[in-house]
Amino acid sequence: MNWYKYASPSAFYPLAGRLIPWFAIPAAVLFIAGLYVGFFVAPTDFQQGEAYRIMFIHVPAAWMGMLLYVLMAGYAAIGWAFNARLASMMASSISIAGASFTLLSLVTGALWGKPTWGTWWVWDARLTSTLILLFLYIGFISLQAAIDDPKRADRAGAVLAIVGVVNVPIIYFSVQWWNTLHQGATIRILGKPSIHSTMLAAMLIMLAACWLYSVAVTLMRLRCIIMEREQHISLVNAESRSRLQTSVQA
Amino acid sequence: MNWKDFFNMGGYAFYVWGSYLTMLILIGGEVLAVSLRKQKLATRQFSRTGTSEDGNQ
Repeated sequence: MNWYKYASPSAFYPLAGRLIPWFAIPAAVLFIAGLYVGFFVAPTDFQQGEAYRIMFIHVPAAWMGMLLYVLMAGYAAIGWAFNARLASMMASSISIAGASFTLLSLVTGALWGKPTWGTWWVWDARLTSTLILLFLYIGFISLQAAIDDPKRADRAGAVLAIVGVVNVPIIYFSVQWWNTLHQGATIRILGKPSIHSTMLAAMLIMLAACWLYSVAVTLMRLRCIIMEREQHISLVNAESRSRLQTSVQA
Repeated sequence: MNWKDFFNMGGYAFYVWGSYLTMLILIGGEVLAVSLRKQKLATRQFSRTGTSEDGNQ
């Protein structure tokens, strides 16, 4: 099988279509499982009461916001360096999902902060750097939207995305570098997590669900972007041709 | 288990359900927006080529 073939947007279009259900269905199942464990299995927190259940979306959302940014910048860089159209389209598609998760982490953080810290917002290092992340996403999206020529839009977006990557380690290490109100990492790569195992399970299931959802929705949007940008090629034919090939092989 | 207590969330109902509602709106809104975008493109393609996305006439 020649994988390079899929670097072409019109060849990737039908493949993306076939991949979507493989991510969307497990995402839905895991969302339900994560909510079940989060609300019916995980015990009440002895300090925060029931308010801590916000963490099951806040933590995965915050991680997704950061991870998707790095992924977006990576695709934008590949698209820029190798003139790969599909990678640039992927970066544009990821940006919306990333912005959405970053906004979710800020809103849920405020909703958790009010009853726990007694304030919706503080200009703390972690909160401020996450807000900057949201502005970087918005900047990327509006910059691309403002430029008509897709090639130039991709290049301008790539510069912004790559420069903005600096912010991601700042967010991650902000709780160590500065004395912040925000608590330290709950789940450490080395060493034991600082929470109950069912709480950890709910959080990880929700994280997996968010990942799968992000892939599914990014591929869906990618198909739209391919359709919009490659109007000169009949994708309908590409799709029916690939279906024909698969049925012949089968 | 008592459902009234469950929905009350130990007095944190507004914050907990507000968070989950925000997630529902953002995810639901994103999926809806992409679906509408796709539908719009499909009708445009149909009017141009006379074929639907499935390649049917």
